[in-house]
Amino acid sequence: MEPDQNALLPEGLPPEKTEAQRATSPRRASALRSALQPALRWETGLAIVAVAVVVFGVLTSPQFLTSGNFFNMGVSSGEIAIMALPMTLIIISGEIDLSVASTLGMSSATLGFLWSKHWPMLAIFVVLAVLGVIAGLFNGLLVTRVGLPSLAVTIGTLGLYRGIALIILGSNTVSNFPAPYNRIGVNPIPHTNIPYSVAIFIVLAVIFGVVLHATATGRSIYAMGASPEAALFAGIRVKRVKTMLFVVSGLVCSMAGALWTFRLDTAVWNNAIGLELSVVAVVLLAGVSIFGGKGSIIGVVLAVIVFAGLQNALLLTNFNQEATGIVTGGLLLISVFVPNAAALLGRARGLAISRKPVPRSAIGAAND
Amino acid sequence: MSAALTERQDPSSAPAGTSSRKLTERVFRIRETGIIAVLVVFVAITASIQPRFIDQANIQFVLSNTTVYALLALGETMVVISRNVDLSVGSVLGLSAYVSTNLFGHSPGIPVPVVFLVGLGVGLACGVANGLMVAIGRVPSLVVTLATLYIIRGIDILIVGGNEVVAQTLPSSFIAIPRADVLGVPYLAIVIVAVIGAGAYYLRSFRSGRELYAIGSNPEAARLAGIPAGKRVFTAFTISGAIAGLAGVLWAAQYQTIDSTAGTGYELTVISAVVVGGVAIFGGSGSAVGAAVGALLLSTISSALNVLGISPDWDQAIAGFLLLVAITLDRGISVRLAAALRKRSSGVGT
Repeated sequence: MEPDQNALLPEGLPPEKTEAQRATSPRRASALRSALQPALRWETGLAIVAVAVVVFGVLTSPQFLTSGNFFNMGVSSGEIAIMALPMTLIIISGEIDLSVASTLGMSSATLGFLWSKHWPMLAIFVVLAVLGVIAGLFNGLLVTRVGLPSLAVTIGTLGLYRGIALIILGSNTVSNFPAPYNRIGVNPIPHTNIPYSVAIFIVLAVIFGVVLHATATGRSIYAMGASPEAALFAGIRVKRVKTMLFVVSGLVCSMAGALWTFRLDTAVWNNAIGLELSVVAVVLLAGVSIFGGKGSIIGVVLAVIVFAGLQNALLLTNFNQEATGIVTGGLLLISVFVPNAAALLGRARGLAISRKPVPRSAIGAAND
Repeated sequence: MSAALTERQDPSSAPAGTSSRKLTERVFRIRETGIIAVLVVFVAITASIQPRFIDQANIQFVLSNTTVYALLALGETMVVISRNVDLSVGSVLGLSAYVSTNLFGHSPGIPVPVVFLVGLGVGLACGVANGLMVAIGRVPSLVVTLATLYIIRGIDILIVGGNEVVAQTLPSSFIAIPRADVLGVPYLAIVIVAVIGAGAYYLRSFRSGRELYAIGSNPEAARLAGIPAGKRVFTAFTISGAIAGLAGVLWAAQYQTIDSTAGTGYELTVISAVVVGGVAIFGGSGSAVGAAVGALLLSTISSALNVLGISPDWDQAIAGFLLLVAITLDRGISVRLAAALRKRSSGVGT
């Protein structure tokens, strides 16, 4: 078959395979280094982009580097950043959760409803936590125990949870939450200039980072994303871990709902509608593979910086704020095209230099 | 045993013998019968509570509400069958709706077919862009179309600015399109049934249509069998885009006020319709007719809630819940079907 047929094939599976192949190839000096290489390269690239965004911001507006602006940046992307953490783990495990923004909305509506019924705030928090756990558990059980694809399940619960928010609150708006809570959303932590949501993100990022990169559970998440069957045969409790990931996602999103509500001082049913796409965009920008098995928390932190910085810089340039999706979408496309192009180039170089039998997957099955 | 194997291996790509063809047909018939049965039972129950549900006005209302979704579902079906997904349909619809109908304001007297062609062109361009990136760029379609969802909506927002197209600028012949009917059946519904029929026939009986199933059920095997997978997937995305473009013009004729939010969130409803209609979200099975019935079921449900006096606040939760019920049932059916097929095949083998 002609070689350019190979180039026409959809789904970027070959690049990953090639890397894996290379890692096991005896010709390589260090298997570990080459295994780390793609990840390192991606995060380095992201760091450069992050710096570029800051430079762009400084050039467009003198306000960009002020501490007040950093505060705004953090506040306005806080919830997306927080929800991106559990999403990262879920996508690495080979699943996806599109119900995150609806869970946030459901939590926000519940908070507003119970507050309007004069519940004490502490009791409401307990309810929100339970609600988040239930929402995540429902997703998780449908995916792992019933065996449904998570994409379909969470599209369903995206509608269901948003619908429940609408049932709870109808078209009412609840606002005027008490001052100590509202302050969480709009004021920095005392004596610093860090918004609460950013502090929460940092703490959570450390926790998620440690769990993902330094524990057996974390490694098993990569394993089940790379090959669910192999993970199962290796004795990993795939279903249990995946269920847990969905539960954690539900809980975190529910708490993000409280943050969102306090920040805007409004509980309405359509809070954060459509935000799931931004969360997924950030996670993919972070270099997490949509097919699972690849990605890192450092990447997510950098992607959050790029995302928040760019949104903010565009805001300062008076670019139509609603149209910043063009930039988010563009970044997303670049983030998937660059590694593919790099893999193609690398392959071409490998062919030119070695002229030796190249790993089969590098040539592509079409040549057989 | 070998006969049993080939029969089980792939009912969709290889037209091996009449027996496997019949089997395929039966499988597909079962899938559609299920969803049609649900629709009939649902309509019967609602009508027994509230007879007004099946009077002519309400049926017309439901049908005309279904048209746009059913059209979008046809394009989405082709994409989903090939194990891809097109999330950009809502944004394409919005862009096409504004760009095409804005012409009425800019150049009054422009013929309606030209406007449809413009809408089609906008959709085609978006579809080609998606298709090129997925097929040649080898990027997963979920990511590509998630990005183009944003980008196309962003372009739409920039073009629209703060404006909107209002009903006064639209010629009456254009507004009349969704309202015209033949013997009480909306004219548009007839056209759309014909279009979906053509799409279903293509998927079912054309070689390139069958190849979409093959690609969806096993991309690697399809490639090895010499199917030009990239070309086929590209075509599926192009058709989906073109259909979304046309649907945008129809949407404009129906709702008559077009701002930059037109079609926001439609992608999820359309995917719901497709999945409820029995198209497997990971490709390889399903039919255009099933997807259209799925769209019809969703709009029937929301109309039923309305007729039964249930607050429209419940709409979304019920639609989401039904999607979950549909995929759970589908899973149960397909597990049983697989078991039945296995039994059958081993019966044939011995």
